[in-house]
Amino acid sequence: MDFTPLFKPKTAAVIGVSFTNERHPANVIYNKIHLRYPVKVYPVNPRGGMFNRDRVYRAVAEIPGRVDLAVIAVRADLVPEALADCIRSGVGGAVIVSGGFAESGRGDLQERIAGMAREADFPFIGPNCLGIYSPGKFDTFFLPGERLVRPNPGNVGFVSQSGGVLVDQMVKFTEQGLGLSLAVSIGNKALIRETDMLRHLADDPETKVIAFYVEGFGRNEGRAFVELAAGISKPVVVLKAGKTAEGSRAVSSHTASLAGDYKVFSDVLAQHGIVEARNEFELTCFCESLSHYPRAIEGNVGVITVSGGHGALATDICADLGLQVPRLSEAVKTEIRAGLSANIRGIASLENPVDLTGSSTDADFEAAISALGRAPEVDCLLLLLLPYSPGISSDLGARLSYVHQQSGKPLVAYVPHVEKYRILIEGFELNNVPVASSIDGAAFMVEAMRRCRPC
Amino acid sequence: MLSAEIVDIIAAARDHGWVLEPEALRLLRAAGVPVPRFAWATSETQAREAAAGIGYPVVAKVVSPKVMHKSDVQGVQPGIPDAESLASVYDRFSRLPGFDGVVVAEMLSGRELIVGAKIDFQFGPVILLGIGGTAVEIYNDTATRMAPLKARDVESMLTCLRGSRLLTGYRGFAAVNIPKLTEMMLAFSDVVMELGDRIDSIDLNPVFCSPERCTVADARIVLAPQG
Repeated sequence: MDFTPLFKPKTAAVIGVSFTNERHPANVIYNKIHLRYPVKVYPVNPRGGMFNRDRVYRAVAEIPGRVDLAVIAVRADLVPEALADCIRSGVGGAVIVSGGFAESGRGDLQERIAGMAREADFPFIGPNCLGIYSPGKFDTFFLPGERLVRPNPGNVGFVSQSGGVLVDQMVKFTEQGLGLSLAVSIGNKALIRETDMLRHLADDPETKVIAFYVEGFGRNEGRAFVELAAGISKPVVVLKAGKTAEGSRAVSSHTASLAGDYKVFSDVLAQHGIVEARNEFELTCFCESLSHYPRAIEGNVGVITVSGGHGALATDICADLGLQVPRLSEAVKTEIRAGLSANIRGIASLENPVDLTGSSTDADFEAAISALGRAPEVDCLLLLLLPYSPGISSDLGARLSYVHQQSGKPLVAYVPHVEKYRILIEGFELNNVPVASSIDGAAFMVEAMRRCRPC
Repeated sequence: MLSAEIVDIIAAARDHGWVLEPEALRLLRAAGVPVPRFAWATSETQAREAAAGIGYPVVAKVVSPKVMHKSDVQGVQPGIPDAESLASVYDRFSRLPGFDGVVVAEMLSGRELIVGAKIDFQFGPVILLGIGGTAVEIYNDTATRMAPLKARDVESMLTCLRGSRLLTGYRGFAAVNIPKLTEMMLAFSDVVMELGDRIDSIDLNPVFCSPERCTVADARIVLAPQG
C-alpha cells in the first residue's frame, strides 16, 4: 500500500460538509484546509450546490482531476457508500473520522469497510479517529486550529490509538520545544495499525524518533511489532495504557499469574530495545532526548553543577533510575583542574558531580565539559545550570554544544525557568543539546538513551 | 519438529487438559531439559524397587488427574529415608482422589527457581524466569522474554532479577551453574516454540540450581483448550 497520498496530499476532498451546522466536523476540517494549508480541497455533499462561494460536489467521482486524500465525516451507515465512491474514483487514501463502528458494537460494519479497502488495496486511517496532523502542511482534526497547540515541524513521528492523548501530547511536545514530523490518531485501526505506521515512519526521512501510545495489540500483533522495531535503527518509544480482555481471564498457573499482560508487554519491549515510557512526562523527555541523540548508552553519567544541592539531588535521581555516577580518575580531575580559572581552582569539587561553584564562568564550564568529554569513565554528561551568577553568559549553550560534536558523548542540560532564560536555552537547543526544565526531566533524558539498549 | 514421543504424550493428555507430572517430566527429558532420576510407580512394590534404584532419600509425589496442585492435598513427601516410610506414604497417597500411582524421584538441592512459559495473546510464546520457593507470588521477582530465547536473553533475565545475586554468588552461597541454567533455558525455549499453540502454559516449579547442575523438580503442562 502506498501511503504517500495519505500523508503528503496535494488535493483533498472532505465528504459530509453540512449546509446547516457550521461546527460539523466536516466543516471544521474543510475550512481549516481551505483557509490555512497548501492543499487544494473540495467539499462533497450528495445535495450539491454551493458552500460559501465554492461548488459542492455530489460525489468524489464528480471532482475534476485526481484526489489524493478523502476525509470521510458522514454517519457510520453512509461510510461504505462514501468509501466505494473514493475507491471507484481512484482516490489515493482516506481518513474516516466517523464513529459508530467497533467501539459501539458495529464490528460488522467496520469489518465491511476494512474488507472493501483491502480488496482495493486502498489505505485508510480510522474509523473513529482524528486522523492526521502534519505540521505546516495539513491536518484532518475536527478541532478548530485556534484551539490546538500546534507543534512545529520536527523529527518525532507520533502514532496514537487515542485522539485525545494525541492532541494533549502535542501540548506537552510544544512546551518542550519538540517538533513533529507526523502525528496520526489511528482510532479503531481497522486497516492501518501500529505496525504499518512503524514501517512507514521507519522509511520516512523526516522522522528520527518514532513514538506510540498503545492500548493493546491484537493476537500475536505485539510479536510482529517488536520484531520489526528491533530491526530498525530509529529509536522507538511506547507509552502503554489499558489491558487486553485476556487480562481478566482466570489463570491456572503460576506463570500466567506472575507474567501478567502488562509485565510481559514491558519486559518484551525492553528485550527488543524499545523504550517504554511509563507516563506522559517520560514520553516527552524521552522523545526530546532521542530526537537529538538517537542511540544507546550504558548510562555512566558525568554530572556538572554549580550547586552542591543540585548535584546531590541529580545523583539520587540517577541512582533510582539505575544510572551510574562513577568516580573520576585522578588524571581526569587533574585535567579539569588545569583548565579552571584561578579563583575557583581551590574551591571547586572535582568528584562526580563536578561542582564548579557559583563563582564559575563560561570558561570553567568549557574546561570541565571538555575534560569529561574525553573521560573514559563516563558516556553521557548532565549539566545542571543555574544561570543566576553573572559569570554565566547567554552564549554558554552554543559554546558547550561542541562536546557532542567532538567526543560523541551526549550532553543534556537542566536550565530553570523557560521564559526568563529563553536565549540561553535556545543556545543549547539550536545546537542540538536538549534542555529540561526540571532535574528529573534531565535525568529522564539520560535514562531514555540507556533504555535504548536491549535488556 | 516435535518427536513422536512428545506428540504422543500431548495426545494422551488431551482428555484431562493437562499433562500428568511423570509424563511432563518424560516430555522435558525428551526435549533435552534436565529432570531428576524418577519412576512412575503404580504399586508399592514398584515404588520400593524404584527407590532402591535411585537411592534413599527420595521424594514421592501423588499422580492423579484429579490433583493438579499436589501440595494442596499434602501429595508431596520429600526426604523419605527408607522403604518402611515409603510404604506408609504410598498408602496415604493411595487414598487421594483419582489416585494413579506415585512419582518416586531423587532429592535435589540448590537454589529454587521458577521457570515458565505461556502463550501470550499479544506476543505469542513467552518464557519466564524467577526466584522460586513458596513465596514466589509474594515477591514476584521474575523476568519475562519473548521466545525463542537467545543466550543473551537468559543473561539479561538473570541481571534483571532483584535477587540475581542469589544466583551469581552471595555471602556464603556459591553461584549456581549459569552455563547449565542457560542451556536448560534454551532447550526449554526450543520445546515451547515447537509446542506453540498446543499449550496454554507450563510451570517448571521448582527448578533446583546448584553449582553443578540445574534440574526441573516438578512440571505442570496445561494444554490449550481444543478449538
